Amino acid sequence: MTRSNATALVTPSRRRSLSSRGRIFLRVVTAGYLGVLIALPLLALLATAFEKGVSGAILAIVSPEARAALWLTLWTGGLVAILSAILGTLTAWVLVRYRFPGRAVISALVDLPLAVPTLVTGLMLILLLGPTTPLGDWLNAHGLRIIFAKPAIILALLFVTLPLVVRTVEPVLREIDPAEEESAATLGASPLTIFRRVLFPALWPAIAVGTLQTFARALGEFGSVVIISGNLPRRTMTAPVHIFGAIESGEPHAAAAVSVVLVAVSVALFVFAEHRLRARPT
Amino acid sequence: MSVIGRGLSKRFAKAARPAIHSVDFNAPSGSITTLLGPSGSGKTTVLRIVAGLEIADAGNVSIVGEDVTAVPPERRGVGMVFQSYALFKHMNVADNIAFGLSVRKEPKDAIKARVNELLELVQLDGLGDRWPSQLSGGQRQRVALARALAIRPRVLLLDEPFGALDARVRIELRDFLRRLHDETHLTTLMVTHDQDEALELSHHVVVMNEGRVEQAGAPHDIYDHPATPFVAAFVGGANVLRGHVTDGRAEVGSFSVDLPTGATEGAAATAFVRPHDVKIAPVPDEGTAARSVTNDAPEVALAKIERLVRVGGMVKVTLKLPSDESMTVEMPKSEIDALSLSEGDRVMVDLRQAKVFVEDYAI
Repeated sequence: MTRSNATALVTPSRRRSLSSRGRIFLRVVTAGYLGVLIALPLLALLATAFEKGVSGAILAIVSPEARAALWLTLWTGGLVAILSAILGTLTAWVLVRYRFPGRAVISALVDLPLAVPTLVTGLMLILLLGPTTPLGDWLNAHGLRIIFAKPAIILALLFVTLPLVVRTVEPVLREIDPAEEESAATLGASPLTIFRRVLFPALWPAIAVGTLQTFARALGEFGSVVIISGNLPRRTMTAPVHIFGAIESGEPHAAAAVSVVLVAVSVALFVFAEHRLRARPT
Repeated sequence: MSVIGRGLSKRFAKAARPAIHSVDFNAPSGSITTLLGPSGSGKTTVLRIVAGLEIADAGNVSIVGEDVTAVPPERRGVGMVFQSYALFKHMNVADNIAFGLSVRKEPKDAIKARVNELLELVQLDGLGDRWPSQLSGGQRQRVALARALAIRPRVLLLDEPFGALDARVRIELRDFLRRLHDETHLTTLMVTHDQDEALELSHHVVVMNEGRVEQAGAPHDIYDHPATPFVAAFVGGANVLRGHVTDGRAEVGSFSVDLPTGATEGAAATAFVRPHDVKIAPVPDEGTAARSVTNDAPEVALAKIERLVRVGGMVKVTLKLPSDESMTVEMPKSEIDALSLSEGDRVMVDLRQAKVFVEDYAI
């Protein structure tokens, strides 16, 4: 009797201490994993960037080549994010709302850019539009410079980021009853009004997330761009290619400094977006 | 303000048969017209073509005499209510109702007044700032109705408006719609698969089956004088008895039914008997007496009561006929109590009314 009472008294507290120990263990593992994987490399990047002092880092960033590369990467990334937001939303809408022959093929094509190594993407574009190809020849004859110029960068970025907006918007769109759009139409709304007032309010968080992912992906794109942009300093050299060049020429602190700018822009946008999306429910 | 459809046909991609084929209908001004049929009969397709949400392969639609076949939905001036309510989830009730008016850029004050007027009409006063997710199914459907009525449509289209509601709310809303129509006299075209709903609510019924119109007319007309075997079976839940024409009479199951003269001998005949068009009585004297009764009156047969289920004031009797066919009979509880019948009893069955279709041998 007394013995069983004693066990009854002891067991719960022991169990509690075990479970809390387990919880602490899990927290340590998670924190350690994230720390090793993300925080330490970031610290290393920051340390290297400021290896030659704050002025060294700033000098690396404001050099004409670095400034041009950063600017090129930011504006092409921004442009591609906007284009992708529009075209991706449209593609998602067509894939969700219409049943047409070849729909499955198109749906599979959307995912292809994720499967193709980005270097191969660059190669494909060169083989299609390069100076020795018929299409490249024709474009040249009409004074349209695409390959080894800025349009090539945009083309490559559009290709590699294609699935991002489509695949974030698609599931949300699938959840919307088509009858909502149809009743809006019978109530007198034009297709544009239906999008603006019925679809967009439900879709914008998904569009925003997809667009940010596109922008972040575009900031870091290297493989496809390095092949087709021509990499002319101050003209077609993007920030990632510039970083690679800095490493190659033995200036790790310059590479790190420019990298910090890219990371900062990207993280700032994600934090901002997270904040805004949390602020408004639904 | 009538709605008229002429020769409407539509085939969806990859479909084996057309969704609708050469459908004609007329929804007269100021009345409720119902497209009634089983699922897959094409009734919703017809409604969606009237709304402009589907484009017919052939035929045309006119609303108040204006041919709207080529007019997009946003310029047809119809109000449509969907089975799924289709409320805009990110707008509150008032904004939902105001949608059609704000799209038309009407002045804010006028919109506000109209929204309040409609909230009152659908008995949702004071719920304007609720979100659709905070409402019950019946309330949501009334918001959808208010939203459709807000634009003062020329025609109201209802697609299975009570389909997603439970039985009690369904009947409540049906009565509400009836009263609303008595006030507004808005030309209404409704789709339903529920014959009670159609017969009770509408002035005109168009029965559809497999993409075609089977019969159109007043509800009592459809009920009392079904033009085709399908209508006879679908409307009123009739018992189906099959047989042949013999000696100018239809020999169906255990019954022999009078036929107009000229029926082809040996042709297949099908009789449709409504559950309340059957009279049953106890067998007066077992054996010979009953036999002679059935010989004198060929529309009478002997049967055994297999099941007897009391549903409120009515009793549902399942009979087993000598031909091994089953038959359902409905009668008031008082009637069966007076006869003191119970399961297992043998009874005489008298067909008060049977609708017989004789298959034509067109040569």
